[in-house]
Amino acid sequence: MTYLDHAATTPMRPEALAAYAAVLADTGNASSLHASGRRARRIVEESREALAGVLGARPSDVVFTGGGTEGDNLALKGLYWARRRVEPARRRVLVSAVEHRAVLDTVQWLGAEQGAEVELLDVDAAGMVHPDTLAAAIERDPAAVALVSVMWANSEVGTVEPVAELAAVAHRHGVPFHTDAVQAFGQIPVTVGEDGPDAITVSAHKIGGPVGVGALVVRRGLVLEPLTHGGGQERDIRSGTLNTAGVAAFAAAAATACAQAPRESVRLAALRDDLVRRVQEKVPGAVLNGAPLGGAPGGPQRLPGNAHLTFPGCEGDSLLMLLDARGIECSTGSACSAGVARPSHVLLAMGAGEEHARGSLRFSLGHSSRAADVDALVEAIGPVVERASRAGALAGMTGT
Amino acid sequence: MRVLAAMSGGVDSAVAAARAVDAGHDVTGVHLALSRSPESDRTGARGCCTLEDARDARRAADVLGIPFYVWDLAERFETEVIEEFVQSYEAGRTPNPCVRCNERIKFAAVLDRALALGFDAVVTGHHARLDPDGTLRRSVDPDKDQSYVLGTLRPEQLGAARFPLGDSTKAQVRQEAAARGLAVADKPDSHDICFISGGDTGGWLRERIGSRPGPIVDSRTGQTLGEHDGTFAFTVGQRRGLRLGHPAPDGRPRYVLDISPVTSTVTVGPAEDLDIRRLVADRAVWPHEGVVSCQAQVRAHGGVVPAEAEARGDELVVTLVSPVRGTAAGQAVVLYDGDRVLGGGHIRATAG
Repeated sequence: MTYLDHAATTPMRPEALAAYAAVLADTGNASSLHASGRRARRIVEESREALAGVLGARPSDVVFTGGGTEGDNLALKGLYWARRRVEPARRRVLVSAVEHRAVLDTVQWLGAEQGAEVELLDVDAAGMVHPDTLAAAIERDPAAVALVSVMWANSEVGTVEPVAELAAVAHRHGVPFHTDAVQAFGQIPVTVGEDGPDAITVSAHKIGGPVGVGALVVRRGLVLEPLTHGGGQERDIRSGTLNTAGVAAFAAAAATACAQAPRESVRLAALRDDLVRRVQEKVPGAVLNGAPLGGAPGGPQRLPGNAHLTFPGCEGDSLLMLLDARGIECSTGSACSAGVARPSHVLLAMGAGEEHARGSLRFSLGHSSRAADVDALVEAIGPVVERASRAGALAGMTGT
Repeated sequence: MRVLAAMSGGVDSAVAAARAVDAGHDVTGVHLALSRSPESDRTGARGCCTLEDARDARRAADVLGIPFYVWDLAERFETEVIEEFVQSYEAGRTPNPCVRCNERIKFAAVLDRALALGFDAVVTGHHARLDPDGTLRRSVDPDKDQSYVLGTLRPEQLGAARFPLGDSTKAQVRQEAAARGLAVADKPDSHDICFISGGDTGGWLRERIGSRPGPIVDSRTGQTLGEHDGTFAFTVGQRRGLRLGHPAPDGRPRYVLDISPVTSTVTVGPAEDLDIRRLVADRAVWPHEGVVSCQAQVRAHGGVVPAEAEARGDELVVTLVSPVRGTAAGQAVVLYDGDRVLGGGHIRATAG
């Protein structure tokens, strides 16, 4: 099997699996006062410290969550509600047009149900939000802005956003800045920094940890309204019994991923460049979406493991199915609740036509990827595209 | 053989897919998303367009251990089936959208795409038999037989179709589903038109078409008996819901005899005026020479009458040896020799 969908989830790292299994066997609620509770508490706090260390945050800034979607919801709703309580006039919520649905649907809900005025920030053809775009948006009515959220790296096309500059723009106007770093964390350096984001969402299973655990890094002083009320865990921001084993495994995965990232990002980028080059040799019409490979300094950069290609005249659905039948697993990007693929909102925001957007596939590499994975894809892609383009022609796709 | 199994989320298509797996084929399950904004749950017995149906289909595919995908055919379904359905009513006909869906979606868009993607055949859960020579036959279960809604398919469409359920009754299919551990074994049958939730076709059409009032006229006297809100709410042969103020002179019930959308006139009259002895069908599939003695079926779940059929160009002229009542233009006529389907077409005109 050739697994090229690491951006969806990546295999658990051995260190994480070992930590997970070891802690799962222990009894102990980290909120209990007896010895078992203290033992669990110690694991949680050591994990918190380890995670804070790789993120350049203070341990008390780390709020453990149930994953990336929860982290985004907590940051956006929690921040919006907390701001609204103090300054009811702050209703503007600015997010990029290429956010993950965990952000987009959340702010749309805030707009529909909670009086937020949601504005989507335009991106360029590579999917990047320019600091000028954000500055202009804020300056239209700075006193009414509640918060800004722009992802660290795009989940579909892998474009890395200029998060430090965007955060600085927001801070100039005293506006808190959140970033969804679920895709970036563990691949490229993600740190809080001096003037960086005020809240960062990360998730364990994207870096080789287990599903169902994540964290929201919240800069000290930033007030969040909780989503869940109860036992008062995690500084009263996120009540609920702590997932001790998950947190331990998350910290173990983060330590390994971040330690290896400098070397691993070079290895994956080389593998990815090879994938793109050889696929384009087999399918000369295939178009790379997002930032160019080997992005020039100052220009748009992309995640090392991401290759996002459009195969003109083909439906992504058909390509995915045909590759799946050959044991090659990848993704078409966004899927709606019925499992029906819709043209990616990310590609549409980047200015792509609907047909171009429908014909795209995301190949994402990760820690278990090897050259043989690329070889398998390169061998299959020619016949697969040929068949899919026959089906595409029937569906009226022009391939131009 | 590489086989695509169309899985609606119902018991029939799940068992059909299972039988294809048992036959040793390489089976891939596909659920057709036909609605642009599917409702999340089924309410009552209807259709196959909800997200719950998609989940049921996915779950059945999981149990069978086959790959499963959703194909989005909502746009094709909208233009080829729903819009045609509305236009047909606007033109005073009574269409059968299931026939149309089989002709244009399941055994056209889906079949063509499957073949292009390298599949050899499409399996569905229709209750009908298909002989190796391409002959379509009625299911062994007369209550569930669906050969009528397949009767206008062309030989090349049927050539790549497989109906594994034709030799079984519905009861047997349900039993088999239970034995296979398929959760849909007890799922209610779907009735009505899948894209009209609640089954109120008249109300649905009124929303789409709007109010187009006109007179209801007595065929014998020419007298206007009442007003209506739109001819689309009527079907030839309909008796209920006319809400006529005046009883007929003979005191007998009146039926819709004719619908004229141009003048927005609905003509009603006594039952005997509904008798049809001759009909002309277009877009016919009729691979036979000369006058053929056969049996005609003019509506789903209807009986058959002795008939004689003969091709006239692309049209098919059918003479009914004994008349049928209330045959509406837009329905299919399917001609049988016993349980064997000889061919069929779409009723364009009828005569007494």
